[in-house]
Amino acid sequence: MTNIWAIVKRELAGYFCSPVAYVFIVIFLLLSGFFTFSVSHFYENGQADLAAFFGWQPWIFLLLVPAVGMRLWAEERRTGTIELLLTLPVTLTEAVLGKFIAAWLFLALALFLTFPLVITVAYLGNPDMGAIFCAYFGNILMAGAYLSVGSMTSSLTRNQVVSFILAVVICLFLVIAGWTPVTEVLSGWAPLWLVETISSFSFISHFSSIQRGVLDARDLIYYVSVIFFMLYANGVILLNRRT
Amino acid sequence: MIEAKNLVKYFGHKLAVDDISFTVEKGEVLGFLGPNAAGKSTTMRMLTGFISPSSGTSVIGGRDIVKEPFEARKMIGYLPENAPTYPDMTVTGFLEFISEIRGFSGKEKFARVEKVLERCFLSEVRFQTINTLSKGFKQRVCFAQSILHDPEYLIMDEPTDGLDPNQKHEVRAMIKEMALDKAIILSTHNLEEVEAICSRAIIIAKGRIVADDTPSGLKAGSSLHGAICVTLMCGCDEAVIEEIRGLPGVGSVETVEKTESEVTLRIFAEDGGGCGSQDLIRFFMKKEMPTEKIFIEEGRLDEVFRKVTTS
Repeated sequence: MTNIWAIVKRELAGYFCSPVAYVFIVIFLLLSGFFTFSVSHFYENGQADLAAFFGWQPWIFLLLVPAVGMRLWAEERRTGTIELLLTLPVTLTEAVLGKFIAAWLFLALALFLTFPLVITVAYLGNPDMGAIFCAYFGNILMAGAYLSVGSMTSSLTRNQVVSFILAVVICLFLVIAGWTPVTEVLSGWAPLWLVETISSFSFISHFSSIQRGVLDARDLIYYVSVIFFMLYANGVILLNRRT
Repeated sequence: MIEAKNLVKYFGHKLAVDDISFTVEKGEVLGFLGPNAAGKSTTMRMLTGFISPSSGTSVIGGRDIVKEPFEARKMIGYLPENAPTYPDMTVTGFLEFISEIRGFSGKEKFARVEKVLERCFLSEVRFQTINTLSKGFKQRVCFAQSILHDPEYLIMDEPTDGLDPNQKHEVRAMIKEMALDKAIILSTHNLEEVEAICSRAIIIAKGRIVADDTPSGLKAGSSLHGAICVTLMCGCDEAVIEEIRGLPGVGSVETVEKTESEVTLRIFAEDGGGCGSQDLIRFFMKKEMPTEKIFIEEGRLDEVFRKVTTS
């Protein structure tokens, strides 16, 4: 347990030692702000909720979260520190979890820094705060799911660009599986059970109810399973790279 | 004790390590020598558990690295090839991380880091980020992490690689000091290092052990071993060389170097016999040939190395 914490600390310190962390946070906040206010016309809508903000998150995450995940393992393999890490008295599970949790905490911080939006909507109207907090929670879970994909792809290669592209493609598939235009096309020729199955793999489908403030166990289980599956695959890949 | 038991490693169809076995006891420093791509680093990686062997295993202090990797790794300090370190951390930050992973906390964690900073002469760069350090310092940081927890077993892949002569000397002195109560394996291309600090040396070529002996034992295998090298301050013509050949116990005479005023000869003993240096000195005195230098060749490691790795 203490090993995981030691790794988390190390990773987080590393993020903030380079400009990457700061650039990422600023870009994330700028993009979120832009889409919320200019594209979704938050003010004009006059709604006391943050749907304008949360609606864009799956797409912003799609682009930015793989950028965080791409360096998790690719960097270790490139600098050779993976040989150091995996010969310390640290289990593979601890190493994978430690790095993942550190990156997840970093993403949570970026999300937390959008709190001015919450203050704005609370000041301007009377929003359902429970729904908003629930939506943030769902957002963090979803970010974790994206991140786990990124972590897995970064263990496949020592090239961060390849890791990024692979992660975006996999996450894109997982996102658009539930996107209305895609489900519409599918329902044109596929049986209902198939459309339902495919769209149930989507990040968006599972996010829509959380976004409204409903914590459905199925959605939570979905995200947690994605994270679990991807991190497990991550471990298996690393194990295989040693033989 | 470190035990390598029938280690074999295939990379696809390529056989990188072909049945390597050896043991290293505490108090021994084992030198790993071999041409590049002989399988030295691969063997070390199998010993530390970074790569799993295709067959065979390594046992460190009674713990099998495949079956009990965690316990085994606690006892090992490992310095991998190219001395990897996290470039975005400070020296102290990195060592504190290692200290935590090694199980130290609180005051002891910092005390250990302090001690190893001093021992490895890193105090002056302690707050510097690792990617701003020169190669020598990076090497020493990685060296520091391998000895921080005072492990019983040290496995080092080219520990003096890229260091200047002074730094090499310091690191070698440290290794010699630690050798008293530890089992150490180090790989090197530097034969002078083997003679300086290793109590035993293994030469690996094409994945197999081709020689395993003490440095002096290996040198005895040299064809030069036992030959008497004489430098005379005068000329020496064929007739005299013939006479020397005629002396009892002398097998052959080789002219190493010849100038106007000096000549250096290498005199080989007859097989099985000994050729006394005293006899030679008396001979030269009788002939009134002033002797400047005379010594008995121990043999050269690089020659032995070449012989066993290119056969």
